[in-house]
Amino acid sequence: MHIMEGYLPLNHAVGWTVVSAPFVIHGLRSISKNIRNKPETKMLLGVAGAFAFVLSALKLPSVSGSCSHPTGTGLGAVLFGPTTMSVVGLVVLLFQALLLAHGGLTTLGANTFSMAVVGPFVAYGVYQAGKRTGLSPGVSIFLAAALGNLMTYVTTSFQLALAFPDPVNGFTGSLIKFGTVFAFTQIPLAISEGLLTVIVFGALSRYSFKEMQDLNVLGGGCK
Amino acid sequence: MKQTCKTLLLLIAVIFITALPLMGFHLDPGADSEIFAGADDKAMTVIEEISPGYEPWAEALWEPTSGEIASMLFALQAALGAGFIGYYIGSSRSRHKGLT
Repeated sequence: MHIMEGYLPLNHAVGWTVVSAPFVIHGLRSISKNIRNKPETKMLLGVAGAFAFVLSALKLPSVSGSCSHPTGTGLGAVLFGPTTMSVVGLVVLLFQALLLAHGGLTTLGANTFSMAVVGPFVAYGVYQAGKRTGLSPGVSIFLAAALGNLMTYVTTSFQLALAFPDPVNGFTGSLIKFGTVFAFTQIPLAISEGLLTVIVFGALSRYSFKEMQDLNVLGGGCK
Repeated sequence: MKQTCKTLLLLIAVIFITALPLMGFHLDPGADSEIFAGADDKAMTVIEEISPGYEPWAEALWEPTSGEIASMLFALQAALGAGFIGYYIGSSRSRHKGLT
């Protein structure tokens, strides 16, 4: 989902930065509030960040014949809320843009929007919906992480189609082309991310039950 | 024990999903593209197809000097993250066992 440095026209680059900024600002406030009110969850925030670090570094082969990577933002979004992951995702993207020439500073706003805004919001929404409809935490967390991952890549396809409409078939034609590259490749990876998130979430809810309760993650059934 | 079993099964499923394409179960990536190239790079090719005149207007400030250096940095990124998660789960597990 990394749009490479310089590959978005200036107005798009600025536009996506403006759109992403409020989420990051809200996230910074929410993180500092959390650290003040629930200092015992600080280490858990580190785990959410570390998980995004690991998963976004793993480039995995897919049935489409190309490689892509998971995002790892679903876990943190479920634990701390979506905008916390907007900040964490931005840090991961900055690291990759500066040290790995992966993504870029001019495309940072757009990449933040797909990986650190849309992905976490989808994951958070799906988890909350799952909890309310009585799905087991395991199934909810799987769907949350997998769909958050997939929607991140759908968003990238959408962003690229907006910037580069097909000369013949326009926006839709482009969306199909970029969607084939990104979203289709991503399906098996989204399943893998879902399963890995279930494993880590399971370990956290066993051994850090109290912190998870403080964050109100586990919901009524487990209290 | 039951929990360990479940975790192992999930891990095996992830390994299976990852290994399947490597064992030949994948689509042809197209004549102009290397097998298992990054989707990000393929998207650049699509951009060049759609807008042949587009010139990227910025370049990375610094690029890893070789593929090996890039792999090292990606491995470092994963190792730092995995190390922290392992430390946290390990220490909270022993704290949990101490309490019960």
